[in-house]
Amino acid sequence: MSTSVTINGKPHQVDLPGNVPLLWVLRDEIGLTGTKFGCGVAACGACTVHIDGEAVRSCQVALDDVWGEVTTIEGVGTPDALAAVQAAWVDHQVAQCGYCQSGQIMQAAALLAENPDPTDSDIDEAMQGNLCRCGTYPRIRSAIHAASTMMKEV
Amino acid sequence: MSRIGKIARRTFLIGSAVIVGGVAFGVYKVRKPAPNPLQAGPGEAALNPFVFIDQTGVTLIAPRAEMGQGVRTTWAALIAEELDVELDDIKVLHGPPAKAYYNSALMGEALPLKGYDTSDFMHGLGQAMGEMGKLINAQVTGGSTSMKDGFERMRQTGASARETLKQAAADRLGVDRDQLQTAKGHVIAPDGSQIPYTELAEAAVGITPPDVALRDPSQWRLLGKALPRVDMVGKSTGTAEFGIDVRPEGLKFASLRINPHLGGGMVGFDATKAQAMPGVEKIVDLGTGVAVVASNTWLAMQAAEAVDIDWEQAPYPTDTDAIFKKIAAGFDDAPNSSLRDDGDVADVPQGATTLNAEYRVPYLAHATMEPMNATAHLTGGALELWCGTQSPTLAQWKCAGAAGLEIDDVTLHTTYLGGGFGRRGEIDFVLYATKVAMAMPGTPVQTTWSREEDMRHDFYRPGAMARFTGAVSDGKAVMLDGQISAQPVMAQSVDRMLDMPVMGPDKMHVEGAFNQPYAIPNYRIRGHFADLKIPVGYWRSVANSHNGFFHETFVDEMAIAAGRDPLEFRLETMADEHAPSVGVLQAVRDMSGWTGVTPDGVGRGVAFTYSFGTPVAQVIEVVDEDGTIRIRKAWIACDMGIALDPGTVRAQMIGAMIYGLSAAAHGQITFAQGQVEQGNFPDYDALRMHSTPQTEVQILETSAYIGGAGEPGTPPSMPALGNALFDLTGTRVRELPFNRTFDLKV
Repeated sequence: MSTSVTINGKPHQVDLPGNVPLLWVLRDEIGLTGTKFGCGVAACGACTVHIDGEAVRSCQVALDDVWGEVTTIEGVGTPDALAAVQAAWVDHQVAQCGYCQSGQIMQAAALLAENPDPTDSDIDEAMQGNLCRCGTYPRIRSAIHAASTMMKEV
Repeated sequence: MSRIGKIARRTFLIGSAVIVGGVAFGVYKVRKPAPNPLQAGPGEAALNPFVFIDQTGVTLIAPRAEMGQGVRTTWAALIAEELDVELDDIKVLHGPPAKAYYNSALMGEALPLKGYDTSDFMHGLGQAMGEMGKLINAQVTGGSTSMKDGFERMRQTGASARETLKQAAADRLGVDRDQLQTAKGHVIAPDGSQIPYTELAEAAVGITPPDVALRDPSQWRLLGKALPRVDMVGKSTGTAEFGIDVRPEGLKFASLRINPHLGGGMVGFDATKAQAMPGVEKIVDLGTGVAVVASNTWLAMQAAEAVDIDWEQAPYPTDTDAIFKKIAAGFDDAPNSSLRDDGDVADVPQGATTLNAEYRVPYLAHATMEPMNATAHLTGGALELWCGTQSPTLAQWKCAGAAGLEIDDVTLHTTYLGGGFGRRGEIDFVLYATKVAMAMPGTPVQTTWSREEDMRHDFYRPGAMARFTGAVSDGKAVMLDGQISAQPVMAQSVDRMLDMPVMGPDKMHVEGAFNQPYAIPNYRIRGHFADLKIPVGYWRSVANSHNGFFHETFVDEMAIAAGRDPLEFRLETMADEHAPSVGVLQAVRDMSGWTGVTPDGVGRGVAFTYSFGTPVAQVIEVVDEDGTIRIRKAWIACDMGIALDPGTVRAQMIGAMIYGLSAAAHGQITFAQGQVEQGNFPDYDALRMHSTPQTEVQILETSAYIGGAGEPGTPPSMPALGNALFDLTGTRVRELPFNRTFDLKV
């Protein structure tokens, strides 16, 4: 059975059982490996993508249940054309191992879209579902504030 | 074909007798240089195993695992500093597994020396020992050694290559080499004209590299500054390739289930149901478990769960209490080591106050963000592997053995590592992927573990116990006698990986306790082995992670018993022993505005550990918020002699502290019915954005020799938190994690 799903503005026909989580559709079927597998139980945030702009854990959304357009880290910006939030990540040298950062950036982008000038406690609230074992949190916080400033100046 | 692709293709020749472009630089202190694994084609030049030049540019090899510590950038900067190239203008690759990439610092760490009191003679002895790393092909990233290892070697590599390129230009121009300058990848002639390195490389290959003095640090352009990391854009755009991201053509996806009774075998299994599930292509008997190959990782995981397996039991006691009885029994056996034995611990002055304490810490998992995985492709007589590994030469060797191949028939591509912390120095995950690929010849297969398999099949930080006795008199420490019992990590891992027995006193087992720079007149530390077969391994900072907690909690208890301020007590006890250690303690005192007095509802603790050549002091501040305790602030000071990239050092210090605080607050691996009880992050959580303290870091540079950066921030974090909780509550907790006793903010 074929399912239609729009990812980063592009329509795809996917031939997989409807209960396969979106994460594994993206990674193993479409080949978009920027979205990461961390826990499979929505406890780490590494698989965060947007559906119609809302940050969701793609390990918990079955292919059949995808209700809108999907945006992944690859759809946010590219190495040659960084989005503001990614540029802030580079400026603040956020990543260490980097594995969780796609999810962190997707969560931060959704926060900034909803709340262009988040306070520290807004950041705590929005980002607490995203685990980082390297401990990059202080620089993530700085980068979110910097991205907020950059986005207001544009 | 891309340039990276071409270099990768050439690595098929690694280890063969054909050496093209290999130049014997004087930089190798060993008599005979290892073969150059980089095979240059026409118009290309591999000036040495670390510098590769063709018409399109310069590629530097940083053959250490990039697991977040920034090694790819700093290692490249060491070469680039002397080679006179800009990091923006070059490519940096990990390169193939090769003898030339041995770790020259790791073996030097094996000498049973305390470290902080090292003389020049002993430092030289350690360096000479390090050369043994070459003999055992130890291309290993671990032990906080990368900068010690590369600091001189890579600058000499860059300098030597630079002078060779200058000689090639001198020959072409008919001038003396010393009339030439270099900058930004060019040789500059006396008339100001410039020749790019890319034009000179081929001629340079035939030139014997001259010996050349290294530049004085005052001339450094790159080192000593926070450089933009070469992996930062990739890691901010989802384009950096981790092991789990490789996608060779025709790739199939597998997952597995291994006996959760660790070390036990498999009686049998029934895969009838799994075989019929969607996407399933093959069931593979791994001997100690089962793998399922499918069209999608998730389908493979679902089917693996559906296999009915009859497991053998584990070769260790079935529950945590029985396991800790065995650890306690270790105290009854003769000690393996007494590496510190100053004065006479029986010699306690009349009227001294004595104190005793017993401590206990749990087994811990590494819990890297990227679950274990590897990709393997067996075709004819060749095996190709892709994985994030801290031990590429070991993985290549062991997988060759498993597949019945020669080492030269195994190609291994080291990707970025989604966290290492010591877990990816093991090779179990690469071996399983190889076994799966052997069942699917001609098809590349990626074998990915579920988070639960990852957490339940780790090589754990051993659970450990300690018994400390001390005496204080007139406000001073007069005696400290500590015993530590745990499974020995080194003996088990060397047996597992190299099939070799380990003899003699195990220094690693007592690090963080025997080698602390305190001048206590009667001072003994003994290490005992616990006889258990639970898989244990190298967890960030290894035994320092428990010994630091034991030792520094006890020093705090001694200070309190002596009626002294814990920070001043430490300063006074180490005053004449090691100046850099005094320096870091003074730094956290000043940064935190330490007064020894905290208001109600606030607690502060200090701790100090010397490890991996670097003294680190931390002050942690906790605050009571309506009964819930939050870790609010932290101050860190460290001294590794030279901070080659202060941005990276800062990130490592904060990250290592958070890693330690996560374990101290929440981390424990427990056993029931012979199996690990925790399976995923809800059972094994860590600090997050809202529970991470605001942190300040100060980097001092007074130590005589360069020290490590990746691990030394972990050990003091745990006792500093405990000491802060004591200051806040008056309750001394001697067992981790602290959330067993306190309501800590999660």
